[in-house]
Parts: sequence; C-alpha cells; structure tokens
Amino acid sequence: MGLTLADAIASPEIADRECQWTLNFGPQHPATHTTLRLILNLDGEVILKATPDIGFLHSGFEKLGEHLDFNQYVTIVDRMNYVSPVANEIAWHHSVETLLDIELTPRCKMIRVIFGELMRIHDHLLACGAAALDLGAFTAFLYAFNQRELINDINEWASGQRFHPSYTRVGGLQRDVDDAWINRVRSFLKGFLPAHADICRLLNRNRIFIDRCRGIGVLTREEAINRSVTGPVARASGVVRDLRKNRPYLAYDAIDFNVVCAQEGDCLARYLVRMEEMLESHKIISWAIEHLPGGPVNSDVEERMVLPNQLSVYRSIEGLIHHFELNMSNRKWKPPVEEVYASTESPNGELGFYIVSNGGPEAWRARTRPPSFIHFALFPHLAEGHTVSDVAAILGSLNIIAAELDR
Amino acid sequence: MTTTQTPPVIPATHEPLLAVARSVAGEDGVTVSVFRDNVRFHVVPGKVLAVLKNLRSECGLDMLIDLSAADYLNYPGAANRYGIWYVLESVSSGLRVIVKTWANDPEPRLDSVFDVWRGADWMEREVFDMFGVVFDGHPDLRRILMPDEFVAHPMRKDYPLRGEGERHNFLALSREQS
Repeated sequence: MGLTLADAIASPEIADRECQWTLNFGPQHPATHTTLRLILNLDGEVILKATPDIGFLHSGFEKLGEHLDFNQYVTIVDRMNYVSPVANEIAWHHSVETLLDIELTPRCKMIRVIFGELMRIHDHLLACGAAALDLGAFTAFLYAFNQRELINDINEWASGQRFHPSYTRVGGLQRDVDDAWINRVRSFLKGFLPAHADICRLLNRNRIFIDRCRGIGVLTREEAINRSVTGPVARASGVVRDLRKNRPYLAYDAIDFNVVCAQEGDCLARYLVRMEEMLESHKIISWAIEHLPGGPVNSDVEERMVLPNQLSVYRSIEGLIHHFELNMSNRKWKPPVEEVYASTESPNGELGFYIVSNGGPEAWRARTRPPSFIHFALFPHLAEGHTVSDVAAILGSLNIIAAELDR
Repeated sequence: MTTTQTPPVIPATHEPLLAVARSVAGEDGVTVSVFRDNVRFHVVPGKVLAVLKNLRSECGLDMLIDLSAADYLNYPGAANRYGIWYVLESVSSGLRVIVKTWANDPEPRLDSVFDVWRGADWMEREVFDMFGVVFDGHPDLRRILMPDEFVAHPMRKDYPLRGEGERHNFLALSREQS
C-alpha cells in the first residue's frame, strides 16, 4: 500500500505546533450539502491546511458506461450532476453524436438549447440559494427554490420525470414538446425576472452576506488556468472562456448573448457571475422559445440511428425492422472503431465525455470530465489562511455536487 | 489506432504544434491522427513530458482540460494496454489538441505533469486509482475515489462489473473501536 490519507494529514512542518488542532468536517455536514469530507488543520480558527477526502459517493458510473448502450447510459449521466440533469444528457449525447456523425434537426437543437439554459438557471439558483443559506440568509434560498420547482414542472411536462428526465436520445429527443409546454416556459420566464430581482434585493446589498464573501477564497486568473478551472468559477476570475462562444454547438452560434465575467475571483464575484448568467440564460430562452423551428425532433430515421415513431413501427415493415435492429442487444449502432472527445458548457463548467468505441453499441470507455471534481481540487488552495467560518462560503461558491465529484 | 491507411490531413492551425512536438520527440516520436474535430498526437511515453512542457511554453496551450486513461485489453488492433490522453487548450485562441501516450504491464509508469499544470493533481490520482498507472514525480499519489486499503484497480477491463464484491476485504469496525 502506498501513501494513505494519514500520511497526507500528518504533515511534518505543522505537526510540532502546540496550539494546532484538527477538525473533521463531514462527510455529513449541513454545509457540504452532499457527502464530502474535509480534514482541517487549524491554528485557533485559522486553516493551516485542508485535506479533502472524497469517494463516499463513488458508484462506478464510468464502469457502468462501458456496459450500457448509448441510450441507456443517459439515465446514469442524469444522476451525475442531478442539479442540472438535462445539461449532462446533452453533453453525453453531444459526444455520442460526434462519434456517430449525426446532424440534429433544427427543432431538436433549439429544444436542447432551451433545456440547457433552463438547467443553467436551475443549477445557478441552487448554487446561489445554497451559498446564501450557508451564510445564514434563508429567505433567498426559499425564493430560489420556488423558481426551481417551476423548472421541475417543465421537465415533467416534457419527459414525464421531474428530477431525472432522461430526455435526450441519440440523434433526437425522447418526444417532441407541445404547445402547453411552450406556454409553461413562457409563464416561467415571466415570473422569473421578479423572483431574480427579489433575490438580488435580498443579497446584493446585504452587509452580512457581502462581508462574508468579499475577498474570501480569491482565485487569480493564472491559477484558474493552471488548475484547469472552467465555467462560472473561471469566469469570475477573469478567464474569458465559454464553450458556447468558443466552439459553438447546438444552435448557440445563431443566438445573441453575452459572456459574463468578473475580475475579483472571490466568493462574491462567483455569486455575482452566476446571478448575471441567469439573466443571460433568460434572454436566450426568451429568444429561442419564440424562434422554435418546426419539423421533426429526430434526425433522419433512414440512417438507422434514431428510434422510429410508434406509428411507423406498427404500420410498416421497415419501421418494425428498424425498431427491432435498434433494440436487439447484438445489433444497435455500429460506430467507427475510434475515439472522440467532445464537450459542452454545462452550468458548472466544461462537461466533456471522452468516448472510446470498439465498434459496438456500448462505449469501450466513457470518460467524464467532471467540473466538480476539478473545482474541488481547488479547495485547499482557496481555504488555506482563511477561518473555519469561511469554509461554508467557499464550498457554496464552488457549487460542488458530490455525485459528479465521485461518480 | 486508426483504421485508415492514408496519412491524415492535419489542419493548418495544428502544423506549428506538430513542428514543436516533433522538434522535441523526433520525427518518429510523434504520429498524428485526426477524427472529426479531434487532432491527436501520439507521443512515445519517454518523451511525453517534454512534449507537453514545450507545447505549453512555446505554443500557448496553457490549459490542461482533461487527463485520463483507458484500458485497451483485447481492444481491436491495440498494441499497448493503457492509453493515457491529455486534452490541451489555449485559452486565448481556443486551439485544442489531444496528446496520447501509452503504458504497459507489469509496471505501468509515466512521468507526472504535476509541475506543468497543477490541475493534473487529482486527475493523475484518479488514473492511478482506477488503472494503477504510476505517475513518477507526483508528490501526493494516493488513491482518491477508492479507500486506501483497496487493492484492485476497478476501471481495468479484467475487473468485473459484477462479482462477489469487496466487502470481505474491509475491516469490520465495532462500536467500541470507533
């Protein structure tokens, strides 16, 4: 056995300090929200050293990805970042479709954009609400969760599932959306702006909240790049990088929006970037829902990548054969014996999948590039030198989702 | 591991990167393959650290997006067991390249890129944990997702998805001991 956790905690340069003590934080603690553990070496209240210990939620998702086919695995990626499930599905199928070289229909692209942005709002509402909750501002959290509830309803209306919709499919969607769904999105958009303004009024000039966030956990631009940080955490440190602009996927190249950045790199900047990104997402959805193209949601059925609809399965021999081919375990897709990395801008940062294919319907290797995992590696760097009470602020601003952290 | 025999067409943007990689690892040390929008440099294991260092310092590929591995045991046409990839990107230009290398049993080893990118810290630990590839020069190469007393490397292809489990390998802790 090589190095262990005990070696990591017992660091010789701080071991001889008499006033030093060790605090175990988690794995179950209200401020961790999920299951992660920190071991803090403290001098009084000051953190000398923080050692994260993770893996409590490790459930072999990537191993399962090698045994489930491209459509089945979507139910697992759902459960990685369960705060923005459809964003994970979009990322997974984006990689699969890159591997299989499938071009989506315009309607499917736009629906995926709308879902992707709804998930961004959903995720940021939790991140900002929970960050405020950990610092004692309970009301903002409730206002945020009120809006998240409406997005869960939108998920349910489209897919039949509130929390883990499993909505995307290879080359398309589980089913098309209807007018009632569009009206639900419209009414959500109408109610969201006042709710967002309420949260801003509760927090943006809140003396306690600002005092506990400003100047805490500062991440410089150089360190952000050096430590592979992406998404809102990187943008709050001045890294102007958004995959929706840098390498546009889906219909993002046709949509006008701004990339929100800040310079400070502290917890307050990360909160403000997320709040502002929600308004940009609101703008994107408002445009997209009024410019939703008609036509089918599934790409060309003739290519035998997408499940045919029920009518053609029951009424035509081609549809029946095709359906059979895509459901028998020894048929399904025949991707090239190749490997591909493709990524999307998920609410938390770059979410990519590296798929190695051996030509079968299951991936040989389905590597997830999980933003939470990379952001949590930052924690010791951000926390050292601050006090115990800042742990909650820093954890809240990084938005660590343990299911994605451990997979 | 490409199936095509024709030499791949390298995008003009990646020509200077290839020149830098070849200047470090030699003509034979780097082979290129292109698939969709992925451009991959396959670098011999001994040269990969030097190539990555130079790609960072000379070509501005300042971000390590991803570092992970796959087990190619019984993979069609595979010559080496473990493939390790580094996805690099330039933040300013958005240029992206994948550097691939390999390692083999009985002692899969590679040089750590910890000193080039601090972001490699946990990613290398995960590869060590899941595949057993040892990264020389990593200062804190511990298991990360599996517990310390775990002995196997679960993402290897010869580790089964289902089996008797690992419970018997863990110490039972009584209430008095805890």
